Amino acid sequence: MAKMHYRELWCESPRYWGGLALLAFIIMLGMAATYHMEHNGHYVTGMSNQVVWGLPHVFAIFLIVAASGALNVASIGSVFGGPMYKPLGRFSGLLAIGLLAGGLAVLVLDLGRPDRLIVAMTTYNFKSIFAWNVILYSGFFAIVGLYLWAMMDRRYGAPYYKPLGFTAFFWRLALTTGTGSIFGFLVAREAYDAAIMAPMFIIMSFSFGLAFFIISLMAAYWWAGRTIGELRMTKLKNLLGVFVGAVLYFTLVYHLTNLYITQHYSVEAFVLLNGGVYTTMFWLGQVVVGGVIPLFLLYSPAFAHSRLAIASASLLVLIGGFFQVYVIVIGGQAFPMNVFPGKEVLSSSFYDGAVASYTPSLAEGMLGVAGIAIAMTLVAVASRMLKVLPENLEDPDEGEIA
Amino acid sequence: MSKHTDQPDMKRREFLGKTAIAATAATVAPGVMLTVANAGSDEGVSSDTRWGMLIDTNKCADGCAACVDACNKENGIDILSKPEDQSDEMWNAQRPQWIRKVKLKDKQTGVVTNLPMMCQHCEHPPCEDVCPTGASLKRADGIVMVDRHTCIGCRYCMMACPYKARSFIHSNIAEQVVNSPRGKGCVESCNMCAPRIDGGATTTACQDACMKDGHQAILFGDMKDPDSAISKALKEKSSRQIRADLELNTGVRYTDV
Repeated sequence: MAKMHYRELWCESPRYWGGLALLAFIIMLGMAATYHMEHNGHYVTGMSNQVVWGLPHVFAIFLIVAASGALNVASIGSVFGGPMYKPLGRFSGLLAIGLLAGGLAVLVLDLGRPDRLIVAMTTYNFKSIFAWNVILYSGFFAIVGLYLWAMMDRRYGAPYYKPLGFTAFFWRLALTTGTGSIFGFLVAREAYDAAIMAPMFIIMSFSFGLAFFIISLMAAYWWAGRTIGELRMTKLKNLLGVFVGAVLYFTLVYHLTNLYITQHYSVEAFVLLNGGVYTTMFWLGQVVVGGVIPLFLLYSPAFAHSRLAIASASLLVLIGGFFQVYVIVIGGQAFPMNVFPGKEVLSSSFYDGAVASYTPSLAEGMLGVAGIAIAMTLVAVASRMLKVLPENLEDPDEGEIA
Repeated sequence: MSKHTDQPDMKRREFLGKTAIAATAATVAPGVMLTVANAGSDEGVSSDTRWGMLIDTNKCADGCAACVDACNKENGIDILSKPEDQSDEMWNAQRPQWIRKVKLKDKQTGVVTNLPMMCQHCEHPPCEDVCPTGASLKRADGIVMVDRHTCIGCRYCMMACPYKARSFIHSNIAEQVVNSPRGKGCVESCNMCAPRIDGGATTTACQDACMKDGHQAILFGDMKDPDSAISKALKEKSSRQIRADLELNTGVRYTDV
């Protein structure tokens, strides 16, 4: 097999620096938004004591989930021995680190006291999934960083390639289990409190991560004027289709389980029928935009050779995934907690029994988008500094694939 | 002209030594002083006590908010002001509410109940389980509260609390009372008037207010002391926990709900 050559991402200056400048501008807007929210307090956001986690959490969770999924391409190469995926491993590891950094930045900057981050890193309550996540997230950076080294240093890193690949794979499963369990272990709220949350988040990560990977790979190769072969794109495309279908399946099982439990009828009715904006986001956003249309674009013979269809499908998967996380995070809080089963709340100063309203502020959105920009900037800068992208991804000749 | 010598400069060594001693003393002394100063008062709370409350909903009057007002005064919530550019609706959703009045109607029988709702001081508090830093804590005497020095404002406890008992401080604090310090960006909730109780008081602010208005719906006391009024009352009347299905063994009990 011809030796794969990796080369730093190189394109003409205006294109590269123009792109970086745009990303830097978005990050600056996000920093201004953070200053506004932290200086004044969260009262300037749409968050309240009723909806305590807002749009920044949606962005953060979305990015963190996608981060672990972006590593899948590398895992397929090293853990499952897929030769077509192996050359993509380096970029996959880099993207995973970038997305996680972006997501964590948003998460941390939305804390009430981000200045106390050191407390969170030195004082642990080991019964808390959050505390575990602090360790899982830090460990992810370290392990994927080493994994990246093992992939890139062919002389000294090679012996560690397999073991690190396996470690990274299991670590990422643990990480997404931890993220899903943030919700799965909340007994109080009816929309959560389900063990299926953890595996559902894992399958969501497969799908969002791969969609992110396909878009950034296509963007990087367009940026640098390199080519990606048909065979490899088709493999990635078919895999995305499987993951999108799997997300829909898990969603179905989650709702069917809830529909079997009488106690959960009203929360199901809220999401599926009468929840207003959340119902619309579920059906139109998650199911149609994030599920049905991408599946059509990916599998319809009409688009079999269309790069645009693959890019659009990936983008729609991300948009649908964003709505899915929004419905889980915000919708789950907006639905009133059943503090007094069997009772109707006639009056309360604290919105007991009432659907909580939440209108995200512009600053929250800016912080969230800045998280994506942070991820993209890290990937763009590191791709120019490190040899992560193969010089060409043309299809191998017949008989070259073992 | 200075005298050159190959002998070490003893003055410099001495100076370094003295500086090191002074720096050590300055670092350690405040800790020692604090330990010495606290030695007399730092007995700590004991698990021989479990503070709890019994709410007699039959006595809780419709439209009365004496307990809420008293709590707000005791904990400096009444002196918090709405940010100028905030709507009343949002302020109501964002301002701290340690205790609230709730009016309920049974869906089947139509019976109407009034009750005050606050932190239920669970034996197994979900807020304590989820708190990443351990800021959300349960004292040995059963009081559940937030250590505002280690709270990072992640609000996970608010997601986990089945009673919506917690409030996040959304804006800057202009004024506060000595026994209830607060800061923007931290979470807080009812602490059963811990500063009062630790100072030797036997009643909470809400109980006093309810008593003063002649309702006597709130009874506070040590649930582990068989001779306390609350233990006797709990033995006499049947009471229940809100969301007893969660098996949290709450410290606040209600009769006739």
